[in-house]
Amino acid sequence: MPCVQRAELRGGRAAVRFRSRKMVAPAALRVVRCGGRAMHGARAVFSVGARFLLCASGDFVKMYSVATEELVQLLRGHSDLVTGVQLAPHNRLQLYSSSLDGTIKLWDFTDGILIKTFTVGYQLLALYALPSSEDSVFVIIPKSGERDTFQLVSVKLTKAAGQDMEAKELSVVLEGVDASPKCTAFGREGEYVASVKDVNLQVYFFKQKQLNRFSLRATNKKGGNNVFTCVACHPQEDCIATGHADGKIRLWRNFNHKKEYTFSTLHWHHDKVLDLAFSLEGTSLLSGGVESVLVQWHCGSDCKRDFLPRLGSAIEYVSISSDGTFYCTSHTDNRITIINSNLRFSKTIQGLIKARDVKTGLVVDPRTKALVLNGEPGHLQFYCLQSDKQLYSLDIVQQEYIHQAGLNQSDLVRVAFSAQGKWLATVEEREETDLELQLKLWFFDEETQSFKLNTRISMPHEDHITAMCFRDTDEMEDDSLMLVTTGRDCVFKVWVILEDTDPEAQQSLSWSCDFVGSYHSYQATNCCFSEDGSLLAVSFEETVTVWDSSTWDLKCTFCHPPGKIRSICFGRLTCSKYLIGATDHGFLCCWNLLSCALEWSAHLNVVVLQPDPLSEHIAAVSWLFKESSLFVFKPNEARPICIQRKFCKERIQFAAFVPRDVPETIGSEKYLWLRRSQLFFLTDTQELMTVSTKSAQERLTLSSKQLAVEESLPVTPFSLLLGKHRHQQSQGDVDLGKIVHHHHEQDSPAVKELLHTPAHVLPSASFLCPIFINSLLVSKENKSTEETPDEVEMESEEAEDDSDEENSVTEMKQEDKMPLESLGETTHRLSKSEEKELRKIRKVDYSWISVF
Amino acid sequence: MASYKPVVIPAVPKLGEKITQDTLYWRGYKTPVQIKEFGAINKIDFSPVPPYNYAVTASSRVHIYGRYSQEPIKTFSRFKDAAYCATYRDDGKLLVAGSEEGSIRLFDISGRAPLRQFDGHTKAVHVVGFLSDKYRIFSGGDDYSSSLWDIPSATEIVSYSEHSDYVRCGCASKLNGDVFITGSYDHTVKVFDARTKSSVMTIEHGHPVESVLLFPSGGLLVSAGGRYVKVWDVLKGGQLLVSLKNHHKTVTCLCLNSSGQRLLSGSLDRHVKIYSTTSYKVVHSFNYATSILSLALSEDFFVSKPGRCIMRKYDKLLKSFQSSKALDAVLEPHIRLYTPEVTVAVMQELNRRGTLRSALAGRDEKQISLLLTFVTRRVIEPRFTPVLITVADMITDIYQPVVGQSALVDKQFLRLQEAIGREIDYQEELLEVLGMMDALFATLTEKRATYLEENKSNGLTKTLDQDISI
Repeated sequence: MPCVQRAELRGGRAAVRFRSRKMVAPAALRVVRCGGRAMHGARAVFSVGARFLLCASGDFVKMYSVATEELVQLLRGHSDLVTGVQLAPHNRLQLYSSSLDGTIKLWDFTDGILIKTFTVGYQLLALYALPSSEDSVFVIIPKSGERDTFQLVSVKLTKAAGQDMEAKELSVVLEGVDASPKCTAFGREGEYVASVKDVNLQVYFFKQKQLNRFSLRATNKKGGNNVFTCVACHPQEDCIATGHADGKIRLWRNFNHKKEYTFSTLHWHHDKVLDLAFSLEGTSLLSGGVESVLVQWHCGSDCKRDFLPRLGSAIEYVSISSDGTFYCTSHTDNRITIINSNLRFSKTIQGLIKARDVKTGLVVDPRTKALVLNGEPGHLQFYCLQSDKQLYSLDIVQQEYIHQAGLNQSDLVRVAFSAQGKWLATVEEREETDLELQLKLWFFDEETQSFKLNTRISMPHEDHITAMCFRDTDEMEDDSLMLVTTGRDCVFKVWVILEDTDPEAQQSLSWSCDFVGSYHSYQATNCCFSEDGSLLAVSFEETVTVWDSSTWDLKCTFCHPPGKIRSICFGRLTCSKYLIGATDHGFLCCWNLLSCALEWSAHLNVVVLQPDPLSEHIAAVSWLFKESSLFVFKPNEARPICIQRKFCKERIQFAAFVPRDVPETIGSEKYLWLRRSQLFFLTDTQELMTVSTKSAQERLTLSSKQLAVEESLPVTPFSLLLGKHRHQQSQGDVDLGKIVHHHHEQDSPAVKELLHTPAHVLPSASFLCPIFINSLLVSKENKSTEETPDEVEMESEEAEDDSDEENSVTEMKQEDKMPLESLGETTHRLSKSEEKELRKIRKVDYSWISVF
Repeated sequence: MASYKPVVIPAVPKLGEKITQDTLYWRGYKTPVQIKEFGAINKIDFSPVPPYNYAVTASSRVHIYGRYSQEPIKTFSRFKDAAYCATYRDDGKLLVAGSEEGSIRLFDISGRAPLRQFDGHTKAVHVVGFLSDKYRIFSGGDDYSSSLWDIPSATEIVSYSEHSDYVRCGCASKLNGDVFITGSYDHTVKVFDARTKSSVMTIEHGHPVESVLLFPSGGLLVSAGGRYVKVWDVLKGGQLLVSLKNHHKTVTCLCLNSSGQRLLSGSLDRHVKIYSTTSYKVVHSFNYATSILSLALSEDFFVSKPGRCIMRKYDKLLKSFQSSKALDAVLEPHIRLYTPEVTVAVMQELNRRGTLRSALAGRDEKQISLLLTFVTRRVIEPRFTPVLITVADMITDIYQPVVGQSALVDKQFLRLQEAIGREIDYQEELLEVLGMMDALFATLTEKRATYLEENKSNGLTKTLDQDISI
């Protein structure tokens, strides 16, 4: 077993390559989620010592390193959204998680091992674990029989051995609580529980078994909205803080009396208070809301407060590490910010930012191969697919964003990159009584490695810009670069670079309008350049017009009534004579540009039409009967190469082909189109998906695992040195690296044996010398070659095990973590081959002794 | 993490004279300090080391002036007749000057009496200078000869008699300690190498040469004479690169700035012209009261300032969400009058934040009148029109109930209406003209670009129409 593990760690790539060859026959296309899962399902939790941050993310619990922001551990096992994450009160290295799938799971999170599963049988909406009640946790479950009413129950967790447990021992604590985990909080040492719903606050004292209810009027005289939004309890005093929809925070005291309770009000937020948290000692209160400002209230003096403004988007949850050194805020746009206790911004952990509305579509940055789309309001995010991380965020709008509901603020609507990624064109608009439009052209500055604003054109069109594209020609000569924008004002405009002749001018290049074209005053909806850049196709409602890009003459028009053109694209490479168009009446048409005639058409409700930049293939996604289907075809054949019906239940909004770094080896003819680039989709709910054959997916998870293991090593000067060394090794050929590695492993046991035997038992040095020298001589070519087939065999065994899906994947993962835990003693553990080797050596040694 | 983003002030291309970086830079030079001397000044030379004192040669004296005082710090007056061409050495410690009687004197800056005297020229020496090896001096005299002198021994090393007229200008190469150049009234510039017995290159300028100059790279040579400034490529054997004729009288002096990117020429026509050395175009010019005889430029002083982001007052107020005060801040006279785009940009930002109405509301008679004056004056400028129409709408909305209470405000309202009415008439006329032009174009070849213009003006009139209907 250990041998297999090590092979996984070292030669992971070789093993996978082998596996993929085996998997050719049953290969099937799968839809894989690859990003965009919400990271704000529950309050994030710091591990003891604030080294790791644990947060719920979709069906998983993710563990991030606070120091490096890297994902260290992914706890998978739940089959539905994770709703609660809590450290186990009795063992701080363990973690409870609850999920909508009705289970509570206990994890050893440092090693990523699932210890126990307690099946409750109800949807669990929130989880609370208290130090005072060791054997039970509190959960919020829907009340059976009634819709939209929830109750807080305590669940007894049996301590019996075994992996899967039934936890049916429920006792109701509070009725009629809110489903949100923020609306219930436990007080000082678990003496009472406070829960808010609408305008009611109820406090239940466990010891006295007393329930106090307090209610506010729905609206007060000044028109404030008194609805409760969240609650937090002081860790040391009898004090409850509640947040309200009008931005007020109330501090309740003396609430063990029904009548003589008091409250004081803190007011800074102008909109809903979304979460509250007391600091460790209760000396300050943190609050966050829609304004995306973290406010720290000092409880001693009422008015004093500190702010950390401009955190990017609304704060959903606030949490504090157990030693009080870090705060952490989870934001609605899928981001976690770690903040020092002195309110200094420290780090952010972010995946794909969830924009309010993705208008730009999925664009691929030719330079970094990153996906580019709307990010923070007014920003463009560059999202790296390999590492599920945001590379950077480019501020396009460059205006102060006001976090306030109902404000109409500029947003990014169109993005286009030139072929080499040297130029970036963006369109932002703001619509109120009249439209504000800005076209910005950005130049990539090699020195600063970022885009620099070159030209700003206000009101490039009189109406909304519908599409934009660069001419994709060789960018060596800048003068051929051209940008086309189409607008609803019935024209398309051609923009070219103008060179300032004065060499002293600050910037020599700027963009200006070169040509304005229109067709029968129809709205221009799409534009597209042919591969060589000689032709421009612009669709005007029902008609596609083709223009010569050098003289700007109208060459020909295509029309396929009825139905407006939804998208158009030219064929590539061998199919460059074809023009494809999709209409909103459910037709996909292919026109031949040489004969100017319709080549073929198909009845298909295409919502997304996406050509692969590296091959002739075109992907079309249709939406029919509430399900998306994928069709891949070449324009020269009317018959699709690959059909994947009903592959996704959600409506696909955008798609993009991302070129692969290394062409994939795909055996099946049917999936050859996936060889050079990968297809990504963005759905309505902003989940990023990709289609892949199974093998590819496994490779991804493997490599990420390897990273994680290395990442969790403690950072010492020595480990840095080691890391450098290891890095250099991995630079070389994988196989070569393996052999080198074996040398190390082989000589170490013999030497170790020498060193570990107590000195008084050792024979004289003259005996030991040949042993030692022999151990150095052992590594011969034939032996290492002997070994490799051995190893491959084992891997293939494992590959077969793996072929059935996720169960084994999780198991494998657990196994994988074992070497991490016992990393110090890996050298003790010997692989089979090594043991064999050792035995051989022993034999040789004894013969030597007998000779003497 | 993001910090506050200041309001973006949209830049609009301005018609008229283009303000370049150069204009701003050279404008930084204040009006000249006038120092009266008794005779014509024939040479000014800045010391190459701080504190950049300058030596002025006039009649029989050489005065050294400091940066601040207009009184000479030091005077060298051991000349019997006129002194010429007092020049600093590279290290700023020695000064050499020629004289009418034909002797060359070398001074120590700290001393008074000449350290050395070089005799040999039979007539006045109008040009002297140090070679870049620091130990030799070249000179050119009215006896048509140019000589090379050794400083330590005060002897003549070599004398060239190749010019056929007065030698009146010269300079030494900064790269090569042996090369120097002299220009003469015989219309030629000659390049000498101290290691050879005769000149190595002769360049025909075509006019009596008044001034010569070598670029720091040593590859280009500039000569001035007559009305011309000519640039020669020395490395290509003296090929003419460019000939500049920007003065209408004789160019008397030349000078380069410290970076070598600007060339200055002074002339009898009272102008100093500044050329870019990449395009050889005039980027700036100075105008003086009398003819320019000599010209020198000191090294650029750079005072490094720590980069500090200064936030404008309105930005500070906007940052703290004080919209009414921010509007007040941009209605200050200096912003309102000189940079109306700032005022309009802040109004737009307030509108974007949805607080423009509350910022406009609650103002007294004086402030309303001020706002209305601003709107009336600027609403017809196309770049401000969309924003100011919104502002005007809001003002009319908010202050409708109080119309008639103040004569001042009523008058302003009437003026606004008048201004907009005039603008509409104007636009209509423009449209008529456009229609006529369209008719003309239609008879000629079809041109699509006109569609765009038509649309634009249409849109503008439409919005104005709406406004007046309110």
